[in-house]
Amino acid sequence: MDTHILPTRLYVGIFLILLTLTAATVTASFFDLGGRLNSANVLVAMSIACGKALLVVLFFMHVRYSPRLIWVFVGAGFFWLAILIALTMSDYLSRGWLPLPTPWGT
Amino acid sequence: MAEHVAHHFEDAEQQREAATLGMWAFLITEIMFFGGLFAGYTVYRSTYFDAFAEGSRHLDLVLGTVNTAILIGSSLTMALAVQAAQRSRRGPQVVFLLLTILLGLAFLGIKAVEYGHKFEQHLVPGRFFSWPGPHASNVQLFFSFYFAMTGMHALHMIIGIGLLIWLTIQARRGRFTGSYYNPMEVSGLYWHFVDIVWIFLFPLLYLIDRHVH
Amino acid sequence: MTTAGAGTNYLNADYRVRSWLLTTDHKRIALLYLVSISVFFAIGGALAGVIRLNLLTPYGSLVQAETYNKLFTMHGITMIFFFLIPSIPAVLGNFLVPLMIGARDLAFPRINLLSWYIYVVGGTFTIVAAVTGGVDTGWTFYTPYSSTFANTNVMLTALGVFITGFSSILTGLNFVVTIHKMRAPGLTWSRLPLFIWAHYATSLIMLLGTPVVAITILLVALERGLGIGIFDPKLGGDPILFQHLFWFYSHPAVYIMILPSMGVISEVVACFSRKRVFGYTVVAVSSLTIAIVGFLVWGHHMFVSSQSMYAGMIFSFLSFLVAIPSAIKVFNWTATMYKGSIDLRTPMLYALGFIGLFTIGGLTGIFLATLAVDVHVHDTYFVVAHFHYIMVGGAIMGYLGGLHFWWPKITGKLYSEAWGRIAAITLFIGFNLTFFPQFIVGILGMPRRYHVYPPEFQFLNILSTAGATVLAIGYVLPLFYLTWSLLKGERAGANPWRATGLEWEADSPPPTFNFDRTPVVTAEAYAYPSLPEASRG
Repeated sequence: MDTHILPTRLYVGIFLILLTLTAATVTASFFDLGGRLNSANVLVAMSIACGKALLVVLFFMHVRYSPRLIWVFVGAGFFWLAILIALTMSDYLSRGWLPLPTPWGT
Repeated sequence: MAEHVAHHFEDAEQQREAATLGMWAFLITEIMFFGGLFAGYTVYRSTYFDAFAEGSRHLDLVLGTVNTAILIGSSLTMALAVQAAQRSRRGPQVVFLLLTILLGLAFLGIKAVEYGHKFEQHLVPGRFFSWPGPHASNVQLFFSFYFAMTGMHALHMIIGIGLLIWLTIQARRGRFTGSYYNPMEVSGLYWHFVDIVWIFLFPLLYLIDRHVH
Repeated sequence: MTTAGAGTNYLNADYRVRSWLLTTDHKRIALLYLVSISVFFAIGGALAGVIRLNLLTPYGSLVQAETYNKLFTMHGITMIFFFLIPSIPAVLGNFLVPLMIGARDLAFPRINLLSWYIYVVGGTFTIVAAVTGGVDTGWTFYTPYSSTFANTNVMLTALGVFITGFSSILTGLNFVVTIHKMRAPGLTWSRLPLFIWAHYATSLIMLLGTPVVAITILLVALERGLGIGIFDPKLGGDPILFQHLFWFYSHPAVYIMILPSMGVISEVVACFSRKRVFGYTVVAVSSLTIAIVGFLVWGHHMFVSSQSMYAGMIFSFLSFLVAIPSAIKVFNWTATMYKGSIDLRTPMLYALGFIGLFTIGGLTGIFLATLAVDVHVHDTYFVVAHFHYIMVGGAIMGYLGGLHFWWPKITGKLYSEAWGRIAAITLFIGFNLTFFPQFIVGILGMPRRYHVYPPEFQFLNILSTAGATVLAIGYVLPLFYLTWSLLKGERAGANPWRATGLEWEADSPPPTFNFDRTPVVTAEAYAYPSLPEASRG
């Protein structure tokens, strides 16, 4: 943990950026950015969300000033979530590749 | 003020590092706990996109956005509370903690209003669910996720507020100063994490497809 | 170093009941767990006994189908969640991790105690569920049966398992932080005993996997109780999603059950070969590799579930990979013994049994990982035999070996070596007689989870039940001679086995705070050959 005391204006600045990004993501949702299943919209929304999360993690949670071990823990947590989602989705996305009579989901 | 070093630690620094690492280890478990819900959500949204989009449009965008701002604000006040502890300032600690609690309660209040609306609109999954349009069953699936995810999030907020109340009482007694403020720091980490969960829940539930067709 | 015991140790420091029930001493908490998990082992064992009795005849003459379903369900739940998963970490891990790294306790002693109480509460829920009607979904709780159609005590059991999961999570959390932050000066990662590496890897799994099964079980409970239907086909839900989320934890869970055992084996084999473990770094890295790759293979439980064939192929391939680090460990233990000075004491007998039986269990795992073979043997006794070879022939033998190895340290007493060996050999014979026939009937097609079977399998089933009787004797024997050792056993010195490791430098039993002064480590782990007796310390 850090003995770094971050200045108030930094916290307030991050807060304002977070509010701006919130406004941005709401605004973006009103536009059809294309892609299958609205994928471009999803990409934008998730990127903004990741950006917001990163700001909270790095500054509000002091990770920017924390030892490397903390970075590894944080990274591992999100990476493991990615494993869960990716491998599970590998099943659902590839189910339609075989010509079976009644695919699930229809 | 004497440093409160537990007997099994070598020194205050080891105790502090252990506390922070311990809370992060716990937050990793929380990532995976919510992660199960996010995984299920991903599966069904990709399968039933139209139904999910339709359900999403029935969520109150204004209330959701306001709540997002409130929660982000509460993260700010929490961070400032921890900063006040680092600076050994008792008064601001208490003020910012109380503000955080207030904002947290405001969030829950708005959530309760939203839940009330959903109940009136017959959108609560189960016996009383009713949907006039197509894909009714899949829309009910969307609302199952809406209630499961926001409900679990709200539960974590309630626990967090309880934690903050305890923290405020301790802070009022001047327990946290620049040389010892571990409980403040780790509670802050927990609170920010709950904020991050909402940062992802909000677009996934409220902003699926808001564009004007 | 520790002062010579003035007679005060962690056992006799305070005799009051509340000093045990409110203890924060990791050693006492380990004993609390020892008692509790033994109770659940007895329950799980009794259930197994009834199952094997029923299977003496092909016609299910002992119990009806519904009862039988409850028996194997409760047997699985009890043994997995309430015995195997806690066993080594909660008993041996809790006791030894601080001692082995030169610390006075774990990082969070009160959370350690909380862990135990959570375990007890969860266990109580489950026992209540069992005696008020039981559960018949199988320990795997598959939907939609568990979420919609079952009319047994699913809710109560699910809540019991859900609660107990937090016990596991908190134990893992405690170990990870302790190992990172509280190692004695000079105790670098590359000098850690492999028992610690094993527990570190296990703790990673506990942290990353358990929460997923927690939320999954909760969702089943929500679906049953509130109609929030995530897995309900009527809403377009997919019951297979449950299986994905369930096995995401439950496969790594088997590594929670085996990794600590492997850690024990490393310690025991080194000591009773009087040699450092061959390929220390490789063994340590293997523990981590098993933990990580173990998270990538869960779909091999779902080959015939309607999971996509392409996902199945990925999971099959990854399952082959995960066998490699396990095999590496077996090779390294064997190489450790090569040209070592072998001493066939009781712990070593258990270790040898582990190596042989785990190898058989592991290899049959490869058969199951092969997609085409699995289609044939899925849900047969081949699978049952496979996991019992690993869990009983492997994990439990490691647990018993460890219990015997560290018994003098934990209790300050020596047990009867003769009876120890008799029990170990009885167990080994009983185990193989019980489970080897199950490989055969499995390949021949006898399905699992049925209270009846085709008559042509009866002979092998009788063999299996006979074996189970011998196995039971093997398990009961330690109860007697270990208890006897507490009352009348010879006093043990600090290091009766002349083993390396900081835990052996503390008294037997250790004082409450383990070490008077924090030890400083200068030697590598397992410094056996060059360890002159006189100048230790």
